[in-house]
Amino acid sequence: MSWDSSLLWQFDFLILLMVIICAVAALTFKDLITCAVVFGAYSFFMCLLWTEMLAVDVAFTEAAVGAGVSTVLFLGTALHIRRRAKD
Amino acid sequence: MDELITAIIGKYNYWAFLILLLIGLHAMISKNNLVKKVIGMSIFQSAIILFYVSIGYKKGASIPILSHGHGPEPIHQTAAQIVAGIANPLPHVLMLTAIVVGVSTLGVALAIIQKINRVYDTIEEDEILEKIKEC
Repeated sequence: MSWDSSLLWQFDFLILLMVIICAVAALTFKDLITCAVVFGAYSFFMCLLWTEMLAVDVAFTEAAVGAGVSTVLFLGTALHIRRRAKD
Repeated sequence: MDELITAIIGKYNYWAFLILLLIGLHAMISKNNLVKKVIGMSIFQSAIILFYVSIGYKKGASIPILSHGHGPEPIHQTAAQIVAGIANPLPHVLMLTAIVVGVSTLGVALAIIQKINRVYDTIEEDEILEKIKEC
């Protein structure tokens, strides 16, 4: 039960780096469906970050609501509108 | 100088929060596509959630669940020792509400985007403004 998370700062650093990379990539791609999927990956990395920062209840909610529902909402919207974005 | 560098690097969670906040703000201001603006708003929200969870974090602590909470053995720790061993759960509980509110605003925003697409047949901001000016 006594899990010393202070040993895991490399893991923390790697997840933060992946979160920032996914945030930039989700805004860079021109295809909106690619953006939606990359944003789902962003939410998943956020979920890993919450677990690693000892906030397990936030991690559950983020996995269900952030990575699940909001990805479905983005995909549904991207299928109903023009797929290509100009920027 | 060394103390300054360790102070800057030691707070890397807050630097990541700041970078994500600026990415989201930049996307909300300068992207033309409305879906990209909404993605930027979502990134902004999760950056603020990252800030609050970072406040509740303690080095060397465990997750905020009491071991032997209902067990038969007596607890040999005082309340202060128990509190020192777990992360602060108050920001976590507040951020649960923030996540749910965030996904509901996201749903409303995407519904409005679909309605805009049905009326103006585009979701690029400049084209919408031109079509509004024409009629």
